[in-house]
Amino acid sequence: MSKNSSVALIFHAFFIAFILAPLLIVCVVAFTPLGYISLPTDQLSLRWFAAILDNPRFISAFWLSLGLGTVSSLVATLLAIPAALAIARNRFPGRDALSAFLLSPLMIPHIVLGVAFLRFFSSIGINGTFTGLALGHVIVILPFALRLVLAAATGMDPAIERAAVSLGALRFTVFRRITLPLIFPGIVSGWLLAFITSFDELTMSVFIANPSTTTLPVRMFLQIQDTIDPMVAAVSALLIAGTLIVMVVLDRMVGLERLFVGKSRH
Amino acid sequence: MSQHRAGPYWLSAPALAVYAAFLVVPLASIGLISFQHFEFYGGIQPGLTLENYRAVLGDSYYWEIFGRTFAIAALVTVFCAVLGTLEAIVLYRMRDPWRSLFLLVVLGPLLISVVVRTLGWALLFGSTGLINKALQTLGLIAEPIQFMYSTTGVVIALVHVLVPFVVISVWASLQKMDPAVERAAISLGASQLTVVRRVVVPLAMPGILAGSVIVFALAASAFATPAIIGGRRLKVIATAAYDEFLNTLNWPLGASLAVLLLLANVILLYTSNRLIERRYKAVFAESAA
Repeated sequence: MSKNSSVALIFHAFFIAFILAPLLIVCVVAFTPLGYISLPTDQLSLRWFAAILDNPRFISAFWLSLGLGTVSSLVATLLAIPAALAIARNRFPGRDALSAFLLSPLMIPHIVLGVAFLRFFSSIGINGTFTGLALGHVIVILPFALRLVLAAATGMDPAIERAAVSLGALRFTVFRRITLPLIFPGIVSGWLLAFITSFDELTMSVFIANPSTTTLPVRMFLQIQDTIDPMVAAVSALLIAGTLIVMVVLDRMVGLERLFVGKSRH
Repeated sequence: MSQHRAGPYWLSAPALAVYAAFLVVPLASIGLISFQHFEFYGGIQPGLTLENYRAVLGDSYYWEIFGRTFAIAALVTVFCAVLGTLEAIVLYRMRDPWRSLFLLVVLGPLLISVVVRTLGWALLFGSTGLINKALQTLGLIAEPIQFMYSTTGVVIALVHVLVPFVVISVWASLQKMDPAVERAAISLGASQLTVVRRVVVPLAMPGILAGSVIVFALAASAFATPAIIGGRRLKVIATAAYDEFLNTLNWPLGASLAVLLLLANVILLYTSNRLIERRYKAVFAESAA
Protein backbone atom coordinates (compact mmCIF):
# COMPACT_ATOMS: atom_id res chain seq x y z
CA MET A 1 0.00 0.00 0.00
CA SER A 2 1.30 3.46 -0.87
CA LYS A 3 1.89 6.02 1.82
CA ASN A 4 0.44 9.49 1.93
CA SER A 5 2.63 12.29 0.63
CA SER A 6 3.07 15.44 2.72
CA VAL A 7 0.73 17.33 0.39
CA ALA A 8 -1.90 14.66 1.04
CA LEU A 9 -1.42 15.03 4.80
CA ILE A 10 -1.75 18.82 4.62
CA PHE A 11 -5.00 18.36 2.68
CA HIS A 12 -6.09 15.86 5.32
CA ALA A 13 -5.38 18.35 8.13
CA PHE A 14 -7.49 21.02 6.42
CA PHE A 15 -10.27 18.54 5.76
CA ILE A 16 -10.41 17.41 9.39
CA ALA A 17 -10.34 21.05 10.54
CA PHE A 18 -13.24 21.78 8.17
CA ILE A 19 -15.21 18.84 9.60
CA LEU A 20 -14.55 19.72 13.25
CA ALA A 21 -14.61 23.54 13.18
CA PRO A 22 -18.40 24.06 13.35
CA LEU A 23 -18.75 21.43 16.08
CA LEU A 24 -15.94 22.90 18.16
CA ILE A 25 -17.20 26.47 17.89
CA VAL A 26 -20.61 25.34 19.20
CA CYS A 27 -18.95 23.73 22.23
CA VAL A 28 -16.73 26.77 22.89
CA VAL A 29 -19.50 29.36 22.58
CA ALA A 30 -21.66 27.29 24.97
CA PHE A 31 -19.25 28.17 27.80
CA THR A 32 -19.35 31.93 27.32
CA PRO A 33 -19.96 33.92 30.51
CA LEU A 34 -21.48 36.82 28.54
CA GLY A 35 -25.11 37.41 27.66
CA TYR A 36 -24.63 37.21 23.92
CA ILE A 37 -22.75 35.06 21.39
CA SER A 38 -19.03 35.45 22.02
CA LEU A 39 -15.89 33.41 22.44
CA PRO A 40 -14.99 32.99 26.10
CA THR A 41 -11.62 34.73 26.50
CA ASP A 42 -10.61 34.80 30.16
CA GLN A 43 -13.13 32.59 31.90
CA LEU A 44 -15.58 29.78 31.25
CA SER A 45 -19.06 29.73 32.61
CA LEU A 46 -21.82 27.16 32.93
CA ARG A 47 -24.58 29.78 33.09
CA TRP A 48 -26.04 28.84 29.71
CA PHE A 49 -26.25 25.18 30.66
CA ALA A 50 -28.06 26.24 33.81
CA ALA A 51 -30.31 28.46 31.68
CA ILE A 52 -31.55 25.36 29.81
CA LEU A 53 -32.95 23.96 33.06
CA ASP A 54 -35.00 27.14 33.51
CA ASN A 55 -36.43 26.86 30.02
CA PRO A 56 -39.44 24.51 30.20
CA ARG A 57 -39.93 24.62 26.42
CA PHE A 58 -36.56 23.01 25.79
CA ILE A 59 -36.93 20.55 28.65
CA SER A 60 -40.33 19.34 27.46
CA ALA A 61 -39.07 19.18 23.85
CA PHE A 62 -36.19 17.00 25.03
CA TRP A 63 -38.50 14.57 26.84
CA LEU A 64 -40.84 14.48 23.86
CA SER A 65 -37.98 13.66 21.47
CA LEU A 66 -36.70 11.00 23.86
CA GLY A 67 -40.14 9.37 24.11
CA LEU A 68 -40.77 9.70 20.39
CA GLY A 69 -37.38 8.22 19.51
CA THR A 70 -37.91 5.31 21.92
CA VAL A 71 -41.42 4.45 20.75
CA SER A 72 -40.85 4.90 17.02
CA SER A 73 -37.51 3.06 16.97
CA LEU A 74 -39.01 0.14 18.91
CA VAL A 75 -41.99 -0.09 16.55
CA ALA A 76 -39.75 0.26 13.48
CA THR A 77 -37.36 -2.43 14.70
CA LEU A 78 -40.19 -4.82 15.59
CA LEU A 79 -41.61 -4.36 12.08
CA ALA A 80 -38.18 -4.66 10.48
CA ILE A 81 -37.10 -7.94 12.14
CA PRO A 82 -39.64 -10.31 10.49
CA ALA A 83 -39.37 -8.47 7.15
CA ALA A 84 -35.57 -8.70 7.25
CA LEU A 85 -35.72 -12.43 8.04
CA ALA A 86 -38.17 -12.96 5.18
CA ILE A 87 -35.94 -11.14 2.70
CA ALA A 88 -32.63 -12.56 3.92
CA ARG A 89 -33.53 -16.22 4.02
CA ASN A 90 -36.04 -16.82 1.26
CA ARG A 91 -36.15 -16.60 -2.49
CA PHE A 92 -39.65 -15.70 -3.53
CA PRO A 93 -41.36 -13.77 -6.30
CA GLY A 94 -41.31 -10.05 -5.57
CA ARG A 95 -38.39 -10.29 -3.12
CA ASP A 96 -36.36 -7.51 -4.76
CA ALA A 97 -39.42 -5.33 -5.14
CA LEU A 98 -40.28 -5.88 -1.47
CA SER A 99 -36.88 -4.82 -0.20
CA ALA A 100 -36.78 -1.85 -2.59
CA PHE A 101 -40.22 -0.78 -1.37
CA LEU A 102 -39.30 -1.12 2.29
CA LEU A 103 -36.12 0.92 1.73
CA SER A 104 -37.89 3.51 -0.45
CA PRO A 105 -38.37 6.18 2.26
CA LEU A 106 -34.61 6.72 2.01
CA MET A 107 -35.18 8.05 -1.52
CA ILE A 108 -38.05 10.39 -0.68
CA PRO A 109 -37.07 13.91 0.41
CA HIS A 110 -38.19 14.50 4.00
CA ILE A 111 -39.84 17.72 2.92
CA VAL A 112 -42.16 15.68 0.68
CA LEU A 113 -42.93 13.24 3.50
CA GLY A 114 -43.57 16.24 5.76
CA VAL A 115 -46.21 17.80 3.50
CA ALA A 116 -47.75 14.39 2.77
CA PHE A 117 -48.10 13.58 6.48
CA LEU A 118 -49.40 17.08 7.24
CA ARG A 119 -52.15 16.65 4.65
CA PHE A 120 -52.99 13.06 5.59
CA PHE A 121 -52.84 13.43 9.37
CA SER A 122 -54.97 16.60 9.22
CA SER A 123 -57.62 14.75 7.24
CA ILE A 124 -57.80 11.89 9.77
CA GLY A 125 -57.54 14.24 12.75
CA ILE A 126 -54.21 13.17 14.26
CA ASN A 127 -52.01 16.03 13.07
CA GLY A 128 -49.84 17.48 15.80
CA THR A 129 -50.44 14.48 18.06
CA PHE A 130 -47.79 12.17 19.45
CA THR A 131 -49.36 9.30 17.48
CA GLY A 132 -48.99 11.22 14.24
CA LEU A 133 -45.37 12.09 14.93
CA ALA A 134 -44.59 8.49 15.91
CA LEU A 135 -46.18 7.09 12.72
CA GLY A 136 -44.24 9.54 10.56
CA HIS A 137 -41.01 8.69 12.33
CA VAL A 138 -41.59 4.94 11.98
CA ILE A 139 -41.77 5.36 8.19
CA VAL A 140 -38.63 7.49 8.07
CA ILE A 141 -36.46 5.30 10.31
CA LEU A 142 -37.64 1.80 9.39
CA PRO A 143 -35.19 1.54 6.44
CA PHE A 144 -32.24 2.12 8.79
CA ALA A 145 -33.34 -0.64 11.18
CA LEU A 146 -34.13 -2.91 8.23
CA ARG A 147 -30.72 -2.47 6.62
CA LEU A 148 -28.79 -3.46 9.75
CA VAL A 149 -31.03 -6.39 10.71
CA LEU A 150 -30.92 -7.52 7.08
CA ALA A 151 -27.12 -7.41 7.06
CA ALA A 152 -27.01 -9.51 10.26
CA ALA A 153 -29.57 -12.02 8.99
CA THR A 154 -27.85 -12.37 5.60
CA GLY A 155 -24.53 -13.08 7.28
CA MET A 156 -26.00 -15.93 9.31
CA ASP A 157 -25.20 -19.52 8.38
CA PRO A 158 -28.55 -21.29 7.74
CA ALA A 159 -26.91 -24.64 8.56
CA ILE A 160 -26.99 -23.74 12.27
CA GLU A 161 -30.78 -23.46 12.20
CA ARG A 162 -31.09 -26.68 10.20
CA ALA A 163 -28.93 -28.42 12.79
CA ALA A 164 -31.23 -27.23 15.58
CA VAL A 165 -34.31 -28.42 13.68
CA SER A 166 -32.73 -31.78 12.97
CA LEU A 167 -32.06 -32.15 16.69
CA GLY A 168 -35.78 -31.76 17.28
CA ALA A 169 -36.08 -28.10 18.29
CA LEU A 170 -39.44 -26.47 17.73
CA ARG A 171 -39.65 -23.56 15.31
CA PHE A 172 -40.16 -21.01 18.05
CA THR A 173 -37.31 -22.50 20.06
CA VAL A 174 -35.05 -22.21 17.03
CA PHE A 175 -35.99 -18.56 16.67
CA ARG A 176 -35.56 -17.75 20.36
CA ARG A 177 -32.42 -19.77 21.07
CA ILE A 178 -30.57 -19.66 17.73
CA THR A 179 -31.77 -16.97 15.30
CA LEU A 180 -32.42 -14.16 17.75
CA PRO A 181 -29.06 -14.36 19.58
CA LEU A 182 -27.22 -14.51 16.25
CA ILE A 183 -28.87 -11.43 14.76
CA PHE A 184 -29.05 -9.59 18.09
CA PRO A 185 -26.11 -7.22 17.43
CA GLY A 186 -27.78 -6.23 14.15
CA ILE A 187 -31.06 -5.61 15.96
CA VAL A 188 -29.50 -3.47 18.68
CA SER A 189 -27.42 -1.39 16.29
CA GLY A 190 -30.39 -1.03 13.90
CA TRP A 191 -32.55 0.10 16.80
CA LEU A 192 -29.91 2.58 17.99
CA LEU A 193 -29.41 4.03 14.50
CA ALA A 194 -33.19 4.28 14.11
CA PHE A 195 -33.45 5.99 17.50
CA ILE A 196 -30.80 8.58 16.73
CA THR A 197 -32.28 9.24 13.27
CA SER A 198 -35.64 9.88 14.89
CA PHE A 199 -34.11 12.01 17.64
CA ASP A 200 -32.35 14.20 15.02
CA GLU A 201 -35.16 14.43 12.48
CA LEU A 202 -36.19 18.00 11.66
CA THR A 203 -37.51 18.48 8.13
CA MET A 204 -40.46 16.10 8.30
CA SER A 205 -41.32 16.84 11.94
CA VAL A 206 -41.42 20.60 11.43
CA PHE A 207 -44.59 20.08 9.34
CA ILE A 208 -46.46 17.78 11.70
CA ALA A 209 -45.45 19.11 15.12
CA ASN A 210 -47.63 21.67 16.86
CA PRO A 211 -46.74 23.93 19.82
CA SER A 212 -47.57 21.20 22.35
CA THR A 213 -45.73 18.44 20.48
CA THR A 214 -42.53 20.24 19.47
CA THR A 215 -39.54 17.93 19.19
CA LEU A 216 -36.10 19.12 20.26
CA PRO A 217 -34.73 19.70 16.72
CA VAL A 218 -37.90 21.63 15.81
CA ARG A 219 -37.66 23.70 19.01
CA MET A 220 -34.03 24.49 18.22
CA PHE A 221 -34.80 25.31 14.60
CA LEU A 222 -37.57 27.73 15.56
CA GLN A 223 -35.33 29.31 18.20
CA ILE A 224 -32.42 29.72 15.75
CA GLN A 225 -34.70 31.27 13.14
CA ASP A 226 -35.79 33.76 15.75
CA THR A 227 -32.47 34.56 17.41
CA ILE A 228 -29.19 32.74 18.00
CA ASP A 229 -28.27 32.90 21.68
CA PRO A 230 -25.64 31.01 23.70
CA MET A 231 -28.32 28.77 25.18
CA VAL A 232 -28.96 27.09 21.80
CA ALA A 233 -25.23 26.54 21.63
CA ALA A 234 -25.33 24.95 25.09
CA VAL A 235 -28.17 22.62 24.04
CA SER A 236 -26.20 21.75 20.91
CA ALA A 237 -23.05 21.06 22.92
CA LEU A 238 -25.01 18.61 25.08
CA LEU A 239 -26.37 16.94 21.94
CA ILE A 240 -22.86 16.61 20.53
CA ALA A 241 -21.71 15.03 23.81
CA GLY A 242 -24.67 12.63 23.81
CA THR A 243 -24.08 11.68 20.17
CA LEU A 244 -20.40 11.01 20.93
CA ILE A 245 -21.42 8.43 23.51
CA VAL A 246 -23.82 6.72 21.09
CA MET A 247 -21.11 6.86 18.42
CA VAL A 248 -18.59 5.08 20.64
CA VAL A 249 -21.17 2.43 21.59
CA LEU A 250 -22.05 1.84 17.92
CA ASP A 251 -18.39 1.75 16.96
CA ARG A 252 -17.63 -0.85 19.66
CA MET A 253 -20.65 -2.91 18.72
CA VAL A 254 -20.63 -3.00 14.93
CA GLY A 255 -17.93 -0.56 13.89
CA LEU A 256 -18.96 2.75 12.36
CA GLU A 257 -17.38 1.64 9.11
CA ARG A 258 -19.73 -1.31 8.90
CA LEU A 259 -22.66 0.79 10.05
CA PHE A 260 -22.23 3.30 7.23
CA VAL A 261 -20.33 1.43 4.54
CA GLY A 262 -22.04 -1.90 5.13
CA LYS A 263 -18.87 -3.95 5.15
CA SER A 264 -17.08 -5.58 8.02
CA ARG A 265 -13.59 -4.66 9.10
CA HIS A 266 -10.88 -6.80 7.71
CA MET B 1 -34.95 -24.66 4.30
CA SER B 2 -38.45 -26.09 4.52
CA GLN B 3 -40.23 -22.75 4.72
CA HIS B 4 -43.91 -22.49 4.06
CA ARG B 5 -44.54 -20.87 0.70
CA ALA B 6 -46.50 -17.96 2.12
CA GLY B 7 -43.99 -17.51 4.97
CA PRO B 8 -42.02 -14.52 3.68
CA TYR B 9 -45.21 -12.69 2.77
CA TRP B 10 -46.68 -13.16 6.24
CA LEU B 11 -43.44 -12.06 7.85
CA SER B 12 -43.32 -8.82 5.90
CA ALA B 13 -47.08 -8.20 6.09
CA PRO B 14 -46.98 -5.95 9.21
CA ALA B 15 -44.36 -3.63 7.70
CA LEU B 16 -46.20 -3.62 4.37
CA ALA B 17 -49.50 -2.75 6.04
CA VAL B 18 -47.92 0.20 7.88
CA TYR B 19 -46.30 1.40 4.65
CA ALA B 20 -49.54 1.08 2.70
CA ALA B 21 -51.54 3.06 5.25
CA PHE B 22 -48.98 5.67 6.25
CA LEU B 23 -46.73 6.08 3.24
CA VAL B 24 -48.64 5.20 0.06
CA VAL B 25 -51.91 6.86 1.12
CA PRO B 26 -50.30 10.15 2.29
CA LEU B 27 -48.21 10.39 -0.89
CA ALA B 28 -51.27 9.68 -3.03
CA SER B 29 -53.27 12.32 -1.16
CA ILE B 30 -50.56 14.93 -1.68
CA GLY B 31 -50.51 13.97 -5.38
CA LEU B 32 -54.29 14.45 -5.47
CA ILE B 33 -54.42 17.90 -3.87
CA SER B 34 -51.67 19.12 -6.17
CA PHE B 35 -54.35 18.86 -8.90
CA GLN B 36 -57.00 20.71 -6.91
CA HIS B 37 -58.03 24.35 -6.84
CA PHE B 38 -57.38 26.53 -3.79
CA GLU B 39 -59.53 29.44 -2.58
CA PHE B 40 -58.16 31.78 0.05
CA TYR B 41 -61.55 31.86 1.79
CA GLY B 42 -62.90 28.43 0.87
CA GLY B 43 -59.81 26.22 1.12
CA ILE B 44 -59.25 23.24 -1.16
CA GLN B 45 -61.96 22.78 -3.81
CA PRO B 46 -63.10 19.49 -5.40
CA GLY B 47 -62.48 18.85 -9.10
CA LEU B 48 -59.19 18.38 -10.88
CA THR B 49 -57.12 21.12 -12.48
CA LEU B 50 -53.59 21.66 -13.72
CA GLU B 51 -53.53 25.25 -12.52
CA ASN B 52 -51.04 24.71 -9.67
CA TYR B 53 -48.50 23.22 -12.04
CA ARG B 54 -49.21 26.01 -14.54
CA ALA B 55 -48.75 28.59 -11.78
CA VAL B 56 -45.48 27.06 -10.64
CA LEU B 57 -44.01 26.27 -14.06
CA GLY B 58 -45.19 29.53 -15.64
CA ASP B 59 -43.88 31.89 -12.99
CA SER B 60 -40.37 33.31 -13.22
CA TYR B 61 -40.36 33.58 -9.40
CA TYR B 62 -40.43 29.78 -9.12
CA TRP B 63 -37.96 29.29 -11.97
CA GLU B 64 -35.56 31.46 -10.03
CA ILE B 65 -36.05 29.17 -7.01
CA PHE B 66 -35.58 26.04 -9.15
CA GLY B 67 -32.49 27.53 -10.75
CA ARG B 68 -31.00 28.51 -7.39
CA THR B 69 -31.78 25.10 -5.86
CA PHE B 70 -30.11 23.17 -8.67
CA ALA B 71 -27.16 25.56 -8.90
CA ILE B 72 -26.51 25.14 -5.17
CA ALA B 73 -26.95 21.37 -5.44
CA ALA B 74 -24.55 21.20 -8.42
CA LEU B 75 -21.87 23.27 -6.68
CA VAL B 76 -22.21 21.25 -3.48
CA THR B 77 -21.93 18.03 -5.48
CA VAL B 78 -18.75 19.10 -7.26
CA PHE B 79 -17.05 20.18 -4.02
CA CYS B 80 -18.18 17.07 -2.16
CA ALA B 81 -17.04 14.78 -4.99
CA VAL B 82 -13.55 16.30 -5.19
CA LEU B 83 -12.95 16.76 -1.44
CA GLY B 84 -14.64 13.51 -0.42
CA THR B 85 -12.73 11.42 -2.97
CA LEU B 86 -9.37 12.87 -1.99
CA GLU B 87 -10.08 12.38 1.71
CA ALA B 88 -11.21 8.78 1.15
CA ILE B 89 -7.96 8.05 -0.71
CA VAL B 90 -5.91 9.64 2.09
CA LEU B 91 -7.81 7.58 4.69
CA TYR B 92 -7.36 4.42 2.62
CA ARG B 93 -3.61 4.89 2.71
CA MET B 94 -3.41 5.41 6.45
CA ARG B 95 -2.42 2.78 8.96
CA ASP B 96 -4.75 1.49 11.55
CA PRO B 97 -4.96 3.48 14.72
CA TRP B 98 -5.12 6.66 12.60
CA ARG B 99 -7.32 5.20 9.92
CA SER B 100 -10.08 4.13 12.35
CA LEU B 101 -9.81 7.35 14.33
CA PHE B 102 -10.15 9.66 11.33
CA LEU B 103 -12.85 7.52 9.76
CA LEU B 104 -14.76 8.06 13.01
CA VAL B 105 -14.10 11.82 12.85
CA VAL B 106 -15.26 12.06 9.23
CA LEU B 107 -18.31 9.78 9.42
CA GLY B 108 -19.37 10.52 12.99
CA PRO B 109 -20.93 13.94 12.25
CA LEU B 110 -23.58 12.11 10.19
CA LEU B 111 -25.09 11.10 13.53
CA ILE B 112 -25.16 14.70 14.80
CA SER B 113 -28.29 16.70 14.08
CA VAL B 114 -28.16 18.88 10.96
CA VAL B 115 -29.52 21.73 13.08
CA VAL B 116 -26.48 21.54 15.35
CA ARG B 117 -24.01 21.35 12.46
CA THR B 118 -25.67 24.27 10.68
CA LEU B 119 -25.72 26.29 13.90
CA GLY B 120 -21.95 25.82 14.03
CA TRP B 121 -21.62 27.40 10.59
CA ALA B 122 -23.98 30.21 11.52
CA LEU B 123 -21.69 30.95 14.49
CA LEU B 124 -18.55 30.80 12.36
CA PHE B 125 -20.05 32.97 9.61
CA GLY B 126 -22.14 35.42 11.54
CA SER B 127 -22.16 36.21 15.21
CA THR B 128 -18.49 35.50 15.98
CA GLY B 129 -17.30 36.29 12.45
CA LEU B 130 -14.44 33.91 13.13
CA ILE B 131 -13.98 32.89 9.49
CA ASN B 132 -13.68 36.46 8.26
CA LYS B 133 -11.29 37.32 11.11
CA ALA B 134 -9.13 34.32 10.24
CA LEU B 135 -9.11 35.11 6.52
CA GLN B 136 -8.24 38.77 7.20
CA THR B 137 -5.48 37.86 9.64
CA LEU B 138 -4.00 35.54 7.04
CA GLY B 139 -4.20 38.42 4.58
CA LEU B 140 -6.31 36.38 2.15
CA ILE B 141 -9.09 38.94 1.97
CA ALA B 142 -9.25 42.71 2.51
CA GLU B 143 -12.97 43.13 3.09
CA PRO B 144 -15.12 40.70 5.12
CA ILE B 145 -17.10 38.28 2.95
CA GLN B 146 -20.87 38.07 3.43
CA PHE B 147 -21.40 34.39 4.27
CA MET B 148 -24.72 34.58 6.10
CA TYR B 149 -27.76 34.88 3.79
CA SER B 150 -25.56 34.14 0.79
CA THR B 151 -25.21 31.26 -1.65
CA THR B 152 -21.55 30.92 -0.65
CA GLY B 153 -22.51 30.30 2.97
CA VAL B 154 -25.23 27.78 2.10
CA VAL B 155 -22.86 25.88 -0.22
CA ILE B 156 -20.07 25.68 2.40
CA ALA B 157 -22.42 24.47 5.14
CA LEU B 158 -24.08 21.92 2.82
CA VAL B 159 -20.69 20.58 1.71
CA HIS B 160 -19.90 20.03 5.39
CA VAL B 161 -23.21 18.25 6.00
CA LEU B 162 -23.04 16.02 2.90
CA VAL B 163 -19.36 15.28 2.18
CA PRO B 164 -19.32 12.16 4.42
CA PHE B 165 -21.63 10.44 1.93
CA VAL B 166 -18.97 10.67 -0.80
CA VAL B 167 -16.27 9.48 1.61
CA ILE B 168 -18.45 6.46 2.48
CA SER B 169 -19.14 5.39 -1.06
CA VAL B 170 -15.59 5.99 -2.35
CA TRP B 171 -14.28 4.12 0.69
CA ALA B 172 -16.51 1.17 -0.21
CA SER B 173 -15.14 1.20 -3.79
CA LEU B 174 -11.54 1.36 -2.60
CA GLN B 175 -12.09 -1.67 -0.37
CA LYS B 176 -12.77 -3.70 -3.50
CA MET B 177 -9.58 -2.51 -5.19
CA ASP B 178 -6.72 -4.96 -5.48
CA PRO B 179 -3.65 -3.28 -3.86
CA ALA B 180 -1.47 -5.17 -6.35
CA VAL B 181 -2.77 -2.91 -9.14
CA GLU B 182 -1.27 0.14 -7.41
CA ARG B 183 2.01 -1.64 -6.79
CA ALA B 184 2.13 -2.73 -10.42
CA ALA B 185 1.73 0.86 -11.60
CA ILE B 186 4.51 2.05 -9.28
CA SER B 187 6.85 -0.79 -10.31
CA LEU B 188 6.28 0.27 -13.92
CA GLY B 189 7.58 3.72 -12.99
CA ALA B 190 4.38 5.70 -12.45
CA SER B 191 4.59 8.67 -10.07
CA GLN B 192 2.27 8.93 -7.04
CA LEU B 193 0.14 11.52 -8.81
CA THR B 194 -0.15 9.33 -11.91
CA VAL B 195 -1.15 6.34 -9.80
CA VAL B 196 -3.96 8.34 -8.18
CA ARG B 197 -5.06 9.94 -11.45
CA ARG B 198 -4.81 6.93 -13.77
CA VAL B 199 -5.37 3.96 -11.45
CA VAL B 200 -7.07 4.80 -8.14
CA VAL B 201 -9.61 7.40 -9.31
CA PRO B 202 -10.82 5.35 -12.31
CA LEU B 203 -11.27 2.30 -10.09
CA ALA B 204 -13.11 4.37 -7.49
CA MET B 205 -15.31 6.00 -10.15
CA PRO B 206 -18.47 3.93 -9.43
CA GLY B 207 -18.21 5.03 -5.79
CA ILE B 208 -17.54 8.66 -6.70
CA LEU B 209 -20.58 8.73 -9.01
CA ALA B 210 -22.87 6.91 -6.59
CA GLY B 211 -21.85 9.24 -3.75
CA SER B 212 -22.30 12.31 -5.94
CA VAL B 213 -25.81 11.26 -6.91
CA ILE B 214 -26.78 10.87 -3.24
CA VAL B 215 -25.24 14.26 -2.44
CA PHE B 216 -27.04 15.98 -5.31
CA ALA B 217 -30.40 14.49 -4.32
CA LEU B 218 -29.95 15.47 -0.66
CA ALA B 219 -28.62 18.95 -1.50
CA ALA B 220 -31.52 19.67 -3.86
CA SER B 221 -34.06 18.78 -1.17
CA ALA B 222 -32.15 20.17 1.84
CA PHE B 223 -34.23 22.23 4.22
CA ALA B 224 -32.55 23.09 7.53
CA THR B 225 -29.28 24.47 6.17
CA PRO B 226 -30.76 26.77 3.48
CA ALA B 227 -33.41 27.89 5.97
CA ILE B 228 -30.89 28.83 8.68
CA ILE B 229 -27.94 30.08 6.58
CA GLY B 230 -29.91 31.29 3.54
CA GLY B 231 -32.73 32.89 5.47
CA ARG B 232 -35.99 34.08 3.98
CA ARG B 233 -34.49 35.93 1.04
CA LEU B 234 -32.51 33.01 -0.38
CA LYS B 235 -35.33 30.58 -1.02
CA VAL B 236 -34.85 27.03 -2.34
CA ILE B 237 -37.56 24.53 -3.30
CA ALA B 238 -37.80 23.01 0.18
CA THR B 239 -38.05 26.34 2.01
CA ALA B 240 -40.53 27.63 -0.60
CA ALA B 241 -42.75 24.57 -0.05
CA TYR B 242 -42.46 25.16 3.72
CA ASP B 243 -43.68 28.75 3.29
CA GLU B 244 -46.59 27.70 1.07
CA PHE B 245 -47.71 25.12 3.60
CA LEU B 246 -47.19 26.89 6.90
CA ASN B 247 -47.33 30.61 6.06
CA THR B 248 -49.40 31.18 2.93
CA LEU B 249 -51.41 28.01 3.66
CA ASN B 250 -51.83 27.34 -0.07
CA TRP B 251 -51.51 23.57 0.25
CA PRO B 252 -52.29 22.65 -3.38
CA LEU B 253 -49.52 24.95 -4.64
CA GLY B 254 -47.07 23.66 -2.03
CA ALA B 255 -48.11 20.11 -2.92
CA SER B 256 -47.28 20.68 -6.58
CA LEU B 257 -43.81 21.90 -5.55
CA ALA B 258 -43.36 18.78 -3.42
CA VAL B 259 -44.55 16.50 -6.25
CA LEU B 260 -42.12 18.12 -8.71
CA LEU B 261 -39.26 17.73 -6.22
CA LEU B 262 -40.16 14.09 -5.60
CA LEU B 263 -40.39 13.35 -9.35
CA ALA B 264 -37.04 15.01 -10.05
CA ASN B 265 -35.51 13.04 -7.17
CA VAL B 266 -36.88 9.64 -8.20
CA ILE B 267 -35.97 10.14 -11.87
CA LEU B 268 -32.45 11.24 -10.96
CA LEU B 269 -31.79 8.38 -8.54
CA TYR B 270 -33.36 5.74 -10.77
CA THR B 271 -31.71 6.69 -14.06
CA SER B 272 -28.30 7.37 -12.54
CA ASN B 273 -28.31 4.01 -10.76
CA ARG B 274 -29.14 2.36 -14.08
CA LEU B 275 -26.42 4.28 -15.92
CA ILE B 276 -23.75 3.64 -13.29
CA GLU B 277 -24.60 -0.06 -13.21
CA ARG B 278 -24.47 -0.36 -16.99
CA ARG B 279 -21.33 1.69 -17.42
CA TYR B 280 -19.44 -0.13 -14.69
CA LYS B 281 -20.90 -3.59 -15.08
CA ALA B 282 -17.41 -4.98 -15.59
CA VAL B 283 -16.15 -3.41 -12.36
CA PHE B 284 -19.09 -4.73 -10.34
CA ALA B 285 -18.93 -8.19 -11.89
CA GLU B 286 -15.24 -8.38 -11.12
CA SER B 287 -15.62 -7.32 -7.51
CA ALA B 288 -18.44 -9.77 -6.97
CA ALA B 289 -16.30 -12.66 -8.16
